[in-house]
Amino acid sequence: MRAAFALLVVAVLALAVTPFASAAQSTPSDTVLEARVRAVASELRCPVCQGESIQDSPSALAQEMRTIVREQLAAGKSPDDVKRYFTDKYGEWILLRPRAVGWNVLVYVLPVIALLVGAAVVMRATRRWAAQPQGAPAVPGDPEKAQTG
Amino acid sequence: MTRALGASAVLVAFGVALLGMVLAVAGARLQRYQLIRGAYAAVYVNFGLLLVASLAMVWALVTHDFSVSYVAQVGSRATPLFYTVISLWGALEGSILFWGLVLSGFSALAVWGGTHLDPRKRAETHADVERLMPYATAILLGIGAFFYLLLVFPANPFLPVSPVPPDGPGPNPLLQNHILMGVHPPLLYLGYVGMSVPFAFSMGALLAGASGGSWIQLTRRWTMAAWAFLTAAIIAGMWWSYEVLGWGGFWAWDPVENASFLPWLTATAFLHSVMVEERRGMLRVWNLSLITATFALTILGTFLTRSGILSSVHAFAEGEIGYWFLTFIALVLIFSLALVAGRSDQLRTEGRLDAVASRETVFLFNNLLFTVFTFTVLLGTLFPLVAEAVRGVKVSVGEPFFNSMTLPLSMALLFLMGVGPALPWRVASRGIVRREFAVPGIVAVLIGLVIAVVAGGGIYAIAAFTFGAFALTINVRQFVVGARARMRAHGENPPVALARLIGANRRRYGGYVAHLGVITAAIAIAASSAYKAESESTLRKGETMSLRGRTIRLDELWGRQEPQRFVVGATVSVMRDGAAIAQMDPRLNFYTTSEQPITTPAVRSRPTGDLYLNLMAVERDGSTATIRMIVEPLVPWIWAGGMIIVLGALITMLPGRERERERVVAQAPVPGVPSRVPGLVPASPLIMSEPDARGAGS
Amino acid sequence: MNWRRAAIATGFAIPLVALFSYGMTRDPREIPSPLPGRAAPDFALEVFRAGDDARDGPSPGDTIKFADLRGKVVVVNFWASWCLACRDEHEALSRVARAYADRGVQFLGVLYSDRPASGMAWISDMGGQSYPSVRDPGSRTAIEFGLYGVPETFIIGTDGRVSYKHIGPVTEQLLIEKIEPILPPVASQ
Repeated sequence: MRAAFALLVVAVLALAVTPFASAAQSTPSDTVLEARVRAVASELRCPVCQGESIQDSPSALAQEMRTIVREQLAAGKSPDDVKRYFTDKYGEWILLRPRAVGWNVLVYVLPVIALLVGAAVVMRATRRWAAQPQGAPAVPGDPEKAQTG
Repeated sequence: MTRALGASAVLVAFGVALLGMVLAVAGARLQRYQLIRGAYAAVYVNFGLLLVASLAMVWALVTHDFSVSYVAQVGSRATPLFYTVISLWGALEGSILFWGLVLSGFSALAVWGGTHLDPRKRAETHADVERLMPYATAILLGIGAFFYLLLVFPANPFLPVSPVPPDGPGPNPLLQNHILMGVHPPLLYLGYVGMSVPFAFSMGALLAGASGGSWIQLTRRWTMAAWAFLTAAIIAGMWWSYEVLGWGGFWAWDPVENASFLPWLTATAFLHSVMVEERRGMLRVWNLSLITATFALTILGTFLTRSGILSSVHAFAEGEIGYWFLTFIALVLIFSLALVAGRSDQLRTEGRLDAVASRETVFLFNNLLFTVFTFTVLLGTLFPLVAEAVRGVKVSVGEPFFNSMTLPLSMALLFLMGVGPALPWRVASRGIVRREFAVPGIVAVLIGLVIAVVAGGGIYAIAAFTFGAFALTINVRQFVVGARARMRAHGENPPVALARLIGANRRRYGGYVAHLGVITAAIAIAASSAYKAESESTLRKGETMSLRGRTIRLDELWGRQEPQRFVVGATVSVMRDGAAIAQMDPRLNFYTTSEQPITTPAVRSRPTGDLYLNLMAVERDGSTATIRMIVEPLVPWIWAGGMIIVLGALITMLPGRERERERVVAQAPVPGVPSRVPGLVPASPLIMSEPDARGAGS
Repeated sequence: MNWRRAAIATGFAIPLVALFSYGMTRDPREIPSPLPGRAAPDFALEVFRAGDDARDGPSPGDTIKFADLRGKVVVVNFWASWCLACRDEHEALSRVARAYADRGVQFLGVLYSDRPASGMAWISDMGGQSYPSVRDPGSRTAIEFGLYGVPETFIIGTDGRVSYKHIGPVTEQLLIEKIEPILPPVASQ
């Protein structure tokens, strides 16, 4: 019974996905280039839009910038070269992800530190709380149980 | 006349709010009930005043009374009635007026609820609430006073205009293009402002020197309702972006989008950890902090939208108002941080868990993840400002950053959404763990493999499907097991068993329904971006373009003059096997007040996904049109998932008539005290507690 | 009420509020350009409208090359007929261009994301333009200059380096202020 149910779930989800089966078909070489263009273009900010990448933006300037990206990648430049080309003209602002140098590193590192520290705190607290003797936990609002600070 | 009425109503409301604050605090300190009653009256009076002011404004808008400054700013005779009415919240001043209305309404509801508690509530609860109500009222009035003051000075929508212009420019074209604009802002305000009430109760409790925790149950339902509104608002906002902005996306991590998401994250964390407090009496200070953070984040969100310190699609006109919000947010932060830090000792209780492997622990990790999520998004949103302050350089923090930093957290949360419901409260034995997770684990791995092999799509798509399948299996199983137990015990047939199951345990199963909604939306979001396909072509009439097995043909190009805009459209046929099976009409709308046209993409939704057409450009002589064609899988399931989440929230809020078993407020066994206290049957619309039993057995 | 702890907690609010106050003094739409001080990008653009004053200047169809302008101060103004703010600066540009034309300053209008026909119609409406305007197909030159929008004006010195970039409409006073210090010596006329 349980197995049948499980298989049903698998079937439903697999059905949801089969329309995309064609997406995974092997791609001709220019689509490989397109994928690279898309990857780089997603990292560059459209200068005349509000926060969109040049990949997403339908504006003419973004289109032209995508063409530049395509030309440069096709000519053998690396994604970093392409990004440097644009930062030379527009400054660091054009990158949607801050370069991890200097103070910028904080924006990447602080969340990770927060996660690690938080996890450590939670694990320590959980162990400490589970080690308490059973039998006298506080009942919400019960004045009889003295609230220990 | 209308103008004077609105202006004076707002001015009086400000005065009444101040007076009410004084009465509330004085009454509480001096123990004079008459004064406190006066404060409550002030709250009701203010609701009436704001209602008058708002109705006056709507009347002025609808009658095109351009002698009122706000109407002169956003009104236009050419604008259709629906958009005229909703332009109430279309620009800064009107939006503040709307905020004031919602705030005054919720304050009135909160005061009424707090002064009309169910008499069957425990005596301590009554005492606690009675002590905190005056202070909570003072805080609500204080927040109100700030907004009414804004309406009198920097954001006054009722200023006179002279000479009276014959017509106005109409609302921002982006706000006139889709009916969802009538839905998203009100829901957002209901959610945002709704969070003021739990905040007021919490701060009120601290000010009143409450030592019990019962008042938190008073706020749980408010928080749940506000959360439901906020969820609906965020989904509606995503849907609106998708249908209007034309890039086929729905979330760009724009600062103002983040501003609405941040309080949602902390509120979701709260909704989980409050369950630990209700059962174990612990985490009180933490929950208090979450409520405070949620409120502070709503004010921060408003500040970010209106101050102009961050560039955003959403930014309202800037000006003076940023300084007012800055002052307010400083006051809110100082006040609440001082109060929580200074008075939290009286609430703190010793934490106790029966075992590390238990649902409580899962909730702790859930809170950890939500907190880190909130911190990451907040840091990323504010970082451009920090970088400029420290390095003097302008940097951008956009989608690539937020996606890479938060997707792992989302996957972990998706996983926990499966673990939590499977583990029992208090302690999970090895046997339980093995039994609960074996099948879902296998299912998940299978799905992951199927997806990876059949569709690919990158690690996050595969992870979303894997963890999603895991959580889906477990959550669905809760319903199946519970219903089956009922069928065995009561002989009911499946639909009845299911309905009764949910009815008898609304909080639990409403929560599971909400989980199902989140899982659906999460999988759909992952699929829609991983498996998206996009292509752009310039077509002549009669020409076709194809993408992923779908073909469209450009049939006609047309133009049409409407009162407020000129519309250029393409009639496109969706082809199958050479025959046209459907028609779509992507459009470009040219408003007189805007340089660039606003796009109206055409979207054809099917359960498997959307076909999305955007008209990029049309040749002047109408010979060709450039169309961007996007195939976006599973997108309708995002909106469906959102609705399921809200449905789950609604289920949890249904008032109780749970005759079947006695309620228990705390589960922990206390020596000498029976674990069930008969006769406690909460039926208050504000306070609920939750039986621990799963289905019919435990 | 533990005042000490309250005070410490309040302290945490201070950096946030300070950050927001600082933010209020900044304009997020003003992006500093890395170009000033650097060599201006090379360009060769086709004229679509000759300047009203140019007796022997370039005519429509000619190509203006940046290399040919070496030794002059070049003022490059990006504009469009759909740009509202461009109207504010049009007078000032034409007037200053006329005043400094024989002092070694070449003004150039570059049309951005627009059709030459619309551009010409706009100029007629605005009462003419004393200097030539060129087209920038595909906005390639705009990207080379790191354009964020229109209007933007670049002042390039005689050494070919960008001396100043202005975002938004310029005024006569500002133009003169920026051009005067870098004028070529009279002998090179």
